[in-house]
Amino acid sequence: MTSLMAETKVGAPLGAPVYELNRVSKTYAHNLVVALKEVDLTLRKGSFTSVIGSSGCGKSTLLKIMAGLIPPTKGRVVLQDKPVTGPRRDIGMMFQQATLFPWKTAIENIVLPIEIRDGKPAAKAAMAKAHELMEIVGLKGFEHVYPNELSGGMAQRTSICRMLITEPAVLLLDEPFSALDELSRDMMNMELQRICREQDATAFLVTHSIQEAVILSDEIVVMKPRPGRVSEIVKVDLPRPRTLEMMTTPEFGEIVEYIRTQLDKGEDM
Amino acid sequence: MTDLSNNASSSNSNDTLEDTVWVQEIAFIDSVPRWIAMTFVFVVFIGIWQFVTAFGFVSPIILPTPLETFQDMIFVGTNLVTGGYMLTALWITILEVIYGFALAIAIGFSLGVLVGETAFGEKAVMPYLVAIDTMPKVAFAPLFVAWLGFGIESKVALAAFIATFPIVVGTAAGLHAADENARMLFKTMGASRMQTLIKMKLPSGLPQIFTGLKIGAVGVMAGAITGEFLGGGKGFGELIRVAASQLNTPRVFSLILYLSLVGLALYLLVQFTQRKVVFWHAERVGSYDG
Repeated sequence: MTSLMAETKVGAPLGAPVYELNRVSKTYAHNLVVALKEVDLTLRKGSFTSVIGSSGCGKSTLLKIMAGLIPPTKGRVVLQDKPVTGPRRDIGMMFQQATLFPWKTAIENIVLPIEIRDGKPAAKAAMAKAHELMEIVGLKGFEHVYPNELSGGMAQRTSICRMLITEPAVLLLDEPFSALDELSRDMMNMELQRICREQDATAFLVTHSIQEAVILSDEIVVMKPRPGRVSEIVKVDLPRPRTLEMMTTPEFGEIVEYIRTQLDKGEDM
Repeated sequence: MTDLSNNASSSNSNDTLEDTVWVQEIAFIDSVPRWIAMTFVFVVFIGIWQFVTAFGFVSPIILPTPLETFQDMIFVGTNLVTGGYMLTALWITILEVIYGFALAIAIGFSLGVLVGETAFGEKAVMPYLVAIDTMPKVAFAPLFVAWLGFGIESKVALAAFIATFPIVVGTAAGLHAADENARMLFKTMGASRMQTLIKMKLPSGLPQIFTGLKIGAVGVMAGAITGEFLGGGKGFGELIRVAASQLNTPRVFSLILYLSLVGLALYLLVQFTQRKVVFWHAERVGSYDG
């Protein structure tokens, strides 16, 4: 137990703040609908943060604001000391669906963000980096395969590479593996953890699964609806690297149970 | 767990019991190759045709026998192959179809992008297109003749007019086909509107666009022939009209058959192009859309 605690210290998020949100609010329909109320959030370098909450708690609104897809009504959104006022190349994003384009090969899909931002020659130059990334996620040899021929897990691995190709400072993950079956999902979560550690990535995950949030995260943001707000930030002191076996430990069960209770409280309102 | 092991041991001790093997019924038609089924329908069709004509149920002026029709097809075929007057007429009709289709693609695609991509087009232009589309378009034929004369221009105009709308609808629908995630992804990549259109919306919409092109390809033939019926000229439709007025029904039939080959060729050309361009989209057999 003592050795566990020691490792915990090493794995805890101690990096410098990368992404900071101060009093971020979002209202719709002339301030009648409050989607998000005064959210404060700090993502530290190399940390993994999850956000969990029932539908309507504003987590997708929060994610869209952090991605620069929609502006907040109030508050400050700052990534790497620069205010976020639109989509940026240092923001990487991944969705529930792999969203690969079937007329492009896997590697062409991966360099697409470069092609859009810097043009075709730059995309060609990025091919070498794409090859490296594909090797990291275990897709070596599938460079010139069309998405039709990829399994769901392989498609999501490809979209991980596409997210990483621009070397983003923050990874925004919108339930990335929820369309996969449970076995592939567990496997992909472990892959994701490994990739994040290797790249020292700062990740922000939206999920419906408490287990998934606990096994992956350093911090879990629990959100509650009407109005959407942060009710609590739970620290997860499980050692890193996490393994699937940890899901059977009492510590894991305790945290899951605690978050479930917090979420149930929100339902009473 | 104990249940499972019990089952396993009991099945071992029951080796003497008979296997429960049973025959799954398969519908007869599933065991017949397509070409045999098609030949069957063809033979039945010709048989009925032969029966009603040979035994005098139908006057030969109204419906010739299959044999007479076949003989006339050989005559027309010979004329076409040897470069006779029928080939000249057919070539005129083919030109009308090609020009009409090209015009329909140009106009239909442009209008489709206007309606499918811009809010203005969707709000202000689409209602008018729907209104015109519901009109019986052949009724415009006399107008086209009055405006463009008895040459091929009036036929090209009618053919294009009929074929344009399915292409507009296909293009507009295609531009809406891309899913929300793809749009969001392009936004996060900071794509311009033009990049989003060219690199995402148009390729995503190609299956629908080709559906529009295929329906248009069928319409363009109908337009060209109707134009010739109503506006004269020297095309294949004129040959049909003359043969019909002479009560030469075998000729009418064989001309229609050769004409349908042109229509089929155009349709197959579009389909071939679709398979090459939209290689990622699996197409179901015998369906309009891919």
